[in-house]
Amino acid sequence: MTAELIHRLHFAFTVTFHYLFPQLTMGLGLLIVVLKSVALKSGHERWERAARFWGRIFAINFVFGVVTGIPMEFEFGTNWARFSRLSGGVIGQPLAMEGVFSFFLESAFLGLFLYGEKRLSRLMHWFSAVMVFVGSWISGFFIIVTDAWMQHPVAYEHLPDGQFQVLSFWQLLLNPWGLLQYMHNMTGAVVTASFVMAAVGAFYLLDGRLEEYGRVFLKVGVIAGVIASVLIIFPTGDLHGKYVARNQPAAMAAMEGLFKTEAGAGVVLVGQPDEETGRIDNPIVVNDLLSFLIYGTTKAEVQGLDRIPRDQWPGALPLLYYAYHIMAGLGTWFLLLMVVSAFLLWRKRLFTARWALWALLLSFPLPYIANTAGWMTAELGRQPWLIYGVMRTSEGYSNTVSAGNGLFTLLGFMGIYLLLGILFTVLIYREISHGPEPEADAKNAAAAA
Amino acid sequence: MMGFIWFWLVAVMIVGYVVLDGFDLGVGVLHLFLVRNEAERRTSLASIGPVWDGNEVWLLAGGGTLYFAFPLLYASAFSGFYLPLMIVLWLLILRGVSLELRNHIEVGVWRALLDGLFGLSSALLTIFFGAALANVLRGVPLQANGYFFLPLWTDWQPGLQPGILDWYTVIGGLVALVALTLHGALWLTVKTSGELCERARSIVDPLWLVVAGLTIVSLVATIRVRPASLNNYFNYPVSFVVPFGVIASMAAVWFFSRRRQPVKAFVSSSLYLFFMLAGACWGLYPTLLPATTGPDRDITLDKAISGPHTLAVGLVWWSFGMALAIGYVVFVYRSFRGKIDLQSDEH
Repeated sequence: MTAELIHRLHFAFTVTFHYLFPQLTMGLGLLIVVLKSVALKSGHERWERAARFWGRIFAINFVFGVVTGIPMEFEFGTNWARFSRLSGGVIGQPLAMEGVFSFFLESAFLGLFLYGEKRLSRLMHWFSAVMVFVGSWISGFFIIVTDAWMQHPVAYEHLPDGQFQVLSFWQLLLNPWGLLQYMHNMTGAVVTASFVMAAVGAFYLLDGRLEEYGRVFLKVGVIAGVIASVLIIFPTGDLHGKYVARNQPAAMAAMEGLFKTEAGAGVVLVGQPDEETGRIDNPIVVNDLLSFLIYGTTKAEVQGLDRIPRDQWPGALPLLYYAYHIMAGLGTWFLLLMVVSAFLLWRKRLFTARWALWALLLSFPLPYIANTAGWMTAELGRQPWLIYGVMRTSEGYSNTVSAGNGLFTLLGFMGIYLLLGILFTVLIYREISHGPEPEADAKNAAAAA
Repeated sequence: MMGFIWFWLVAVMIVGYVVLDGFDLGVGVLHLFLVRNEAERRTSLASIGPVWDGNEVWLLAGGGTLYFAFPLLYASAFSGFYLPLMIVLWLLILRGVSLELRNHIEVGVWRALLDGLFGLSSALLTIFFGAALANVLRGVPLQANGYFFLPLWTDWQPGLQPGILDWYTVIGGLVALVALTLHGALWLTVKTSGELCERARSIVDPLWLVVAGLTIVSLVATIRVRPASLNNYFNYPVSFVVPFGVIASMAAVWFFSRRRQPVKAFVSSSLYLFFMLAGACWGLYPTLLPATTGPDRDITLDKAISGPHTLAVGLVWWSFGMALAIGYVVFVYRSFRGKIDLQSDEH
């Protein structure tokens, strides 16, 4: 294994594991604000308890997100030193801004939200929840800005010593790639949170206990879920896809498995790409659809991989193709399930439709898979570039850190994250078993004392 | 000028981190031996529960600031200190998880395990942070291209090819361990009452004596390992006010602790940490990372600084953002001021 591959796997593994947690907290931050707002307005204790329950789930996720997030900021320097040395003047900026503008805000108000309910007024406690939500979404913004500059470098110049410098601060922050990706990604976070909330609701109803909370969770989860499942496809996914097609034609061709340039290119729904022969095996294709989706007309020409020099093809082509197809396929399922569930909710039949409850319960892992696959699509599609068109991945890793040392710490992270994963599962299982009732809290406290 | 400003802004972030996360790390060390029963454990944890995560943010924000203001230093130091940094990351993970999760678990055995992990990881972190600072003060074997890679240890001597750990950096680690334990003990005297508070107060004196002794040893050792550390002081004699500040703040810790004025004693301990770090930074300036391989390879301010436009824009948002951040920090500490009452301070 080469040092380059180890450093890539190191970052990919740690960031993939990390993002399991923020995707829930960012979405859940919004849903907790919804619960707290209803509680504040209606004065119903049930909604307060629901908010407190999800606050505990949030807190566990938040801690795991923080401790797995710190390595990400370090790894730019530890594993990608040559890249950091040249790009610090550009992407060091949004990364530092994340700390300064988001983490202080988020951590301060999360402390108040979790520990301060008895010390704060109701309005102030609600405000803490809003600030936690705002902080987490600001955090997401700065990370997307960082990634967007690597995907689509804008507003920079080369200094004589090779460093990149920002030319326009606002153009960096308002990079169109970043804005599109931000909308798509944050919608994805809401999809995850609403599926999780709906699944817990479905679990309580199927289990025949805590049913009043189950109904609250299902209602909030399905309404948020149907909105997010529409938005994730249209307009955010659609716009982002069009932008990728225009600016990273190699990535789009690989995602779609389009080996030959075609007028009236089709979308492959099913099939396995063969890099050697340049064919899709066992294809099921919708003709002309890709041309239409990208250019709005069925006859437009779409660039295939044949127009792209082989050394600029994304390296892990089949993985990229599958990641994209998994994301898109699951996105279709989310829309279908949530539209049906929302219809049943509207007709007041959801709470008794056991088949729909089972489908919602079993679907909770799927948004995690879809979000992960989406990020794999973005980052594998960028290859072989570290900064698209400007710096290759092979020029960016720390070449003073040997493959052996890199593998040592990668294995270390794998071990620790396995442990974290088990711990996390146990804790979340416990919280969900206890549920939002204060009796559970009382029992908890009695056992602790 | 920009170099001067950003050097000290990064230094401020580091001081902010050490003073704030320092006391919760110290509470972690004390968790190993000072607290006696479940109620005391929960009290000492509740004293840091709402703030430890915010305190850790100073490390992240400081790292980010370092990244964009001095990319060369960030790239070189982070890849060169690869192994100890990874160990620090693992310790931060273990510590954060065990601290937050012990309250979610009722079973005594698991709680004991998490308590132990929390204390042990806190103690090791203080040692690593102290050793890290000592590594920077001692210097590293920088190559001509500005990079280096340090093993964890070589022959334990701070020579041309040192390791992360040698006798000098071990002293640095011990200073940090004891000074932050003292800092944590003073925090407990501020935030707790009853027996725990008394016990915390009773270990202040012995800890103080050890800190005072180690401080002198570390100063002498630093001058021996890197005599150039004194240059700035002799060129600008007014800066001897910094070592004087170290002595005065240590004396103030003793004085206020005796007078049973815990808040003032804690503030004095914060000042001690501030003066120690400021003194170390001033001893380096304008070098950021000295080379053991010859002064022409030192990473200096001029070599490492980002482009002028980056820094000018950065100064605007950084000042604005940190003013906001300090506002939140003050607000949170005010909201949780006073002694811990287990009835109202757990979640």
